[in-house]
Amino acid sequence: MARFSLSEVPFDVATLRAGLLDARVGAYASFEGWVRDHNDGRPVDGLRYEAYATMAEREGEAILAEACARFPILDARCVHRTGDLAIGELAVWVGVTAAHRDAAFAACRFVIDEVKARVPIWKHERYADGDAGWLHPG
Amino acid sequence: MTARVTVLYFASLRDVAEIDHETFDTAAPDLRVLYLELRARYGFPMPVERLRVAVDGAFARWEDVPRDGSEIAFIPPVSGG
Repeated sequence: MARFSLSEVPFDVATLRAGLLDARVGAYASFEGWVRDHNDGRPVDGLRYEAYATMAEREGEAILAEACARFPILDARCVHRTGDLAIGELAVWVGVTAAHRDAAFAACRFVIDEVKARVPIWKHERYADGDAGWLHPG
Repeated sequence: MTARVTVLYFASLRDVAEIDHETFDTAAPDLRVLYLELRARYGFPMPVERLRVAVDGAFARWEDVPRDGSEIAFIPPVSGG
């Protein structure tokens, strides 16, 4: 089963979390990234995520495999939205299970940081003043 | 030597090019020169230093030679998460 996936529609975190839990799990850490109503001091109305889907899935899988190799964890998953999102919608979820909390927290942080750094997904923000644009940080 | 390549455009590059992909023959000696040629054609504002390049869905090097039949994407700074 793929550990990383893109979703064009809203997804349910409880279902994803339930899919990770088993008797070996002593710790579960997760990260949820939500669409907020401002960026860089500008009011935001909503946004769109565009992905180079085949590469994003491949790069995302590589990150989760790296997390499993680097940290003593049991499993790691990530789902990232694409398409149009409104304020307050869930944009990205990372879930990690481990026997102990240190590894779960560290791997969860590693995964979201790497996803933000190297998975080919781009955010297009619509601002309250009618302007819009791609975010290309750096 | 020419290679038939498909180039994909994403995000701000697609907005500027006004297409999301195109297939053509190139004689560019490497991927850096290929981007510079396309930048001159479309007027992309981003210098090569701000981009990464991918071939067939995996990060590649600017020094790589365009391979016949390959899918090339110029990756502007990403902003997922």
